[in-house]
Amino acid sequence: MYNEKVMETFQNPKNVGEIENPDGEGMVGNEVCGDIMKITLRIENDIIVDAKFKTFGCAAAIATSSTATEMVKGMTVDEALKVTNKKVIEVLGGLPPQKIHCSVLAEEAIKKAIEDYRSKKK
Amino acid sequence: MKKPIYFDHAATTPVCEEAFNEMKPYFTEIFGNPNSQHVFGREAVKAVDEARDKIASYINCKPSELYFTSGGTEGDNWALRGCARALKSKGKHLIISPIEHAAMITTAKALEKEGFEVSFMKVDSEGRVDLEHLQSIIREDTTFIGCMMANNEVGTIEPIKEIAKIAHEHNAVCFTDAVQAAGVLKIDVKDLGVDLMSMSSHKIYGPKGVGALYIRNGLLIESILTGGHQERMKRGGTTNVPGIVGFAKAFEIANRDLEKNFKYVSSLRDRFIDRVLNEVPFVKLNGPRENRLPANADFSFKYIEGESILFSLDLAGIAVSSGSACSSGSLEPSHVLLALGLPEGLAHGSIRFSFGKHNTIEEVDYAVDVIKSAVERLREMSPLFKKEEVIKNV
Repeated sequence: MYNEKVMETFQNPKNVGEIENPDGEGMVGNEVCGDIMKITLRIENDIIVDAKFKTFGCAAAIATSSTATEMVKGMTVDEALKVTNKKVIEVLGGLPPQKIHCSVLAEEAIKKAIEDYRSKKK
Repeated sequence: MKKPIYFDHAATTPVCEEAFNEMKPYFTEIFGNPNSQHVFGREAVKAVDEARDKIASYINCKPSELYFTSGGTEGDNWALRGCARALKSKGKHLIISPIEHAAMITTAKALEKEGFEVSFMKVDSEGRVDLEHLQSIIREDTTFIGCMMANNEVGTIEPIKEIAKIAHEHNAVCFTDAVQAAGVLKIDVKDLGVDLMSMSSHKIYGPKGVGALYIRNGLLIESILTGGHQERMKRGGTTNVPGIVGFAKAFEIANRDLEKNFKYVSSLRDRFIDRVLNEVPFVKLNGPRENRLPANADFSFKYIEGESILFSLDLAGIAVSSGSACSSGSLEPSHVLLALGLPEGLAHGSIRFSFGKHNTIEEVDYAVDVIKSAVERLREMSPLFKKEEVIKNV
């Protein structure tokens, strides 16, 4: 059901972990639906210099977490806010239809982490 | 990569050599339709009759009480729909267990739309039916009580004889889905007292697409597959002769080796359960330790999700099944584990291991080692897992 790229990313995910004292932190999902994603960001001068994730969820959730954190590294926060789940799926070469909601979580977690960063800055 | 290890025998099994060889001539040489009057038809009838006699003898019913079907799902559908509709002038209340196969649950839901009312028995935390609760929900208008003989996900063996007794005291029909039990446990339908029992061939090293429904002589039941004169006019559709021949042969072998297989497969399961409980922290065995299908071990791994475990094992060459929603496409966790009272997080993190007669102790040991590292790796990734947690078990 998953393509090779998704399985490879699931097996060797990048950016696993948590940044200590992050500049932005976003946690989305719940145990009932079976997916929880926590993304932490290090941001300097509005540029994301590091991103890490921890995910409770299926192979698709873990693969999209890895891909999304990889994509936003080096972006400005404004650019990162434009990273949609569609773009994450594109990079992964597609996901089965019932797994699309997992990629939405990655997008939401990044948005939430950036919101957190902005609210702290104020 | 070395040959993958198959620990998913509750899903399906390979056709055994004996059954496969027995079936072969019925595809090409003895291909007649048993409904035909000529010699080709008569040969096919003979094969089907012999198969029916054999299987009837293994479950202690009359051959005239055995109807061939396309498998477990059809048997479940036929029993539930057929009885509910045939008995609706008496009442429209049906009782089933909450841990039935989807073939029962989905059919019960469809019957609700037809105006039937469905109640669920309670099960305890190990999946065993609460007989007192069952007594308390039976009504005057209850016509049908259905409970599987052994659960496909957590392996619990149910007190079917007691359930049948309660059903009959209240003039209700008793059905059991024996898809996981037939050919694995010794079954005597007369002793159990059930009125109907469904079985499937492909769970016991027979071919897919064939099964049987035992219907006690004299029981009122409507057909659901209406058609020609097949199966004494109760089940239309051209008879699956090779399938039936293979099913009977597989059942014969299963019946012959029943005790030997039970002992061997249970020993694999017990070693596996013991090692996982001892060596993997934060794990819960679902279902009972005793009174459990010999092949079944079902675990919830706390802090991680079932599908990610399934694929981690798959990548290491171990084939298992996940009761978790993610792998089946729905978002709901296993209805069986929720009925046992597991919290959603644990219900999402379950994996079913089901062993077979060709598995070895080396395979079991290899799997435990792989599980240990896969679970550790996934927990490293989980936001729910805190290393400093000191509680030894869930």
